Amino acid sequence: MTKEECKQVVLEIIEEIAPDEDLEGLSHDVRLRDQLDLDSMDFLDIVMELRKKHGIEVPEEDYPKLASLDSCAEYLTPKFNAVKAGA
Amino acid sequence: MSKDTDAQRIVITGCGLTSPLGDDLASMRAALLRGEARIENIEMRHMGTVHAGVCHFDARRWQGRRELRNGTRAGSVAIYCAREAVADSGIDWDAVEKPRVGVYLGITEHGNVETENEIHNISQFNNDTRYWTHHHNPRTVANNPAGEVTLNMGITGPHYTIGAACAAGNAGLIQALWMLRLGEVDLALAGGVSESIHTFGIFAGFKSQGALAVHKDPNKASRPFDKGRNGIVVSEGGAIYTMERLTDARARGAKIYGEIVGYHINSDAVDAVLPNAERQTECMGAALAKAGLTPADVDIVNTHATSTPQGDIQECKAVRAVFPAEACPRTRVNNTKSYIGHAMGAAGALELAGNLPSFDDGLVHPTINVDDLDPDCDTGNLVLNEAADAGEVRIILNNSFGMLGINSSLVVKKFAD
Repeated sequence: MTKEECKQVVLEIIEEIAPDEDLEGLSHDVRLRDQLDLDSMDFLDIVMELRKKHGIEVPEEDYPKLASLDSCAEYLTPKFNAVKAGA
Repeated sequence: MSKDTDAQRIVITGCGLTSPLGDDLASMRAALLRGEARIENIEMRHMGTVHAGVCHFDARRWQGRRELRNGTRAGSVAIYCAREAVADSGIDWDAVEKPRVGVYLGITEHGNVETENEIHNISQFNNDTRYWTHHHNPRTVANNPAGEVTLNMGITGPHYTIGAACAAGNAGLIQALWMLRLGEVDLALAGGVSESIHTFGIFAGFKSQGALAVHKDPNKASRPFDKGRNGIVVSEGGAIYTMERLTDARARGAKIYGEIVGYHINSDAVDAVLPNAERQTECMGAALAKAGLTPADVDIVNTHATSTPQGDIQECKAVRAVFPAEACPRTRVNNTKSYIGHAMGAAGALELAGNLPSFDDGLVHPTINVDDLDPDCDTGNLVLNEAADAGEVRIILNNSFGMLGINSSLVVKKFAD
């Protein structure tokens, strides 16, 4: 999985948990919470969907790494690839 | 009643509802006068097909998609009813002091739906509780439906639910009445809500108890007072009223649906599920005494009767004791569950709504589905299968009873200075 593909997966999750938000034109290097109406429960939804749909575990201490789309891709892409390799 | 000062007189000034018969009072009333039941067959997890009263309100009218996703069905029902009640009241909502608004909602139960859903969810993941949602607690706290209303409407006054089994709808109104009389709030959003058709446990529980209705025609399944009745049809729904002190209602020239002049709640203290006619009799009598009325003053008694073989007989015994037909020529007795099933926590408030238009049209909606009246249920003043023209309706007594032996009676009077 490439980082761009990883961002797409994250965006799909956000689209599902925050269906009223407009995801067009998001800056990839800016905190998602500064661009979208997302609260802490929404972030836990992202963590849960990563676990449920993709078998990816994000420990609590790593939550800050999900701040922006760029940091998500940086942090999650190796995890996606590890899961894929493991499968 | 004029014995109270106007600041102690509490009136109903707006009504929002969703029911199997429609999502506003006019639709519900029209169906009640047509004698038209609306019960569906739905597929229930672990149980297959069951009869249920289903609401089809447009939840998106007042809620965003994320709010709907994160919240509960009871919360959604409550938001719809509360918003519609405020709209119906004609009150200038933007100008309302939000810390002075209270939300008091009766519930039979809450949290079963969400808990069952999560148990089902983690069963798909080998019962690994890491998959249990973080939304579980805010969804299942007992104040959830009332709290969702405050979040949606920006209300910063008190909110809570009143757990009172199937007497809860009346209990919500009684709570609001007292908070208004005490001056704790200036506007109350009060009533009852239910999401119970989304939990298999309620259906399975009634089935195990031998109290779940079955009929080849779902619209004939809920049939209080009929010899062939065999149990309850579970329904969802809600009814929420705006309630105000008469002084405030007058000051803004509000439309007044009726005045709550009497109420009572008591307990059987004998059995968890079997009703008790003696305590029900006392409950109705105490509500009338508080209203300063006699039984003969009452035009409509809306029964709680749920279409169970034993429960209906007990209530009819109580109704006969309080309202003997020979001494109460004006009094007519009806039932709403024959149309919509048992809306649980919403029942009291919703059934009152169905009767309130009688103050305007003088008609008493009937109890339907009575093909073969059980003589043990014949109170002598039942309105059966066809609406009755009472000429004028001035007083309604609304019964709602529930498990653990809780009884409630509410007396509502046509508004008159």
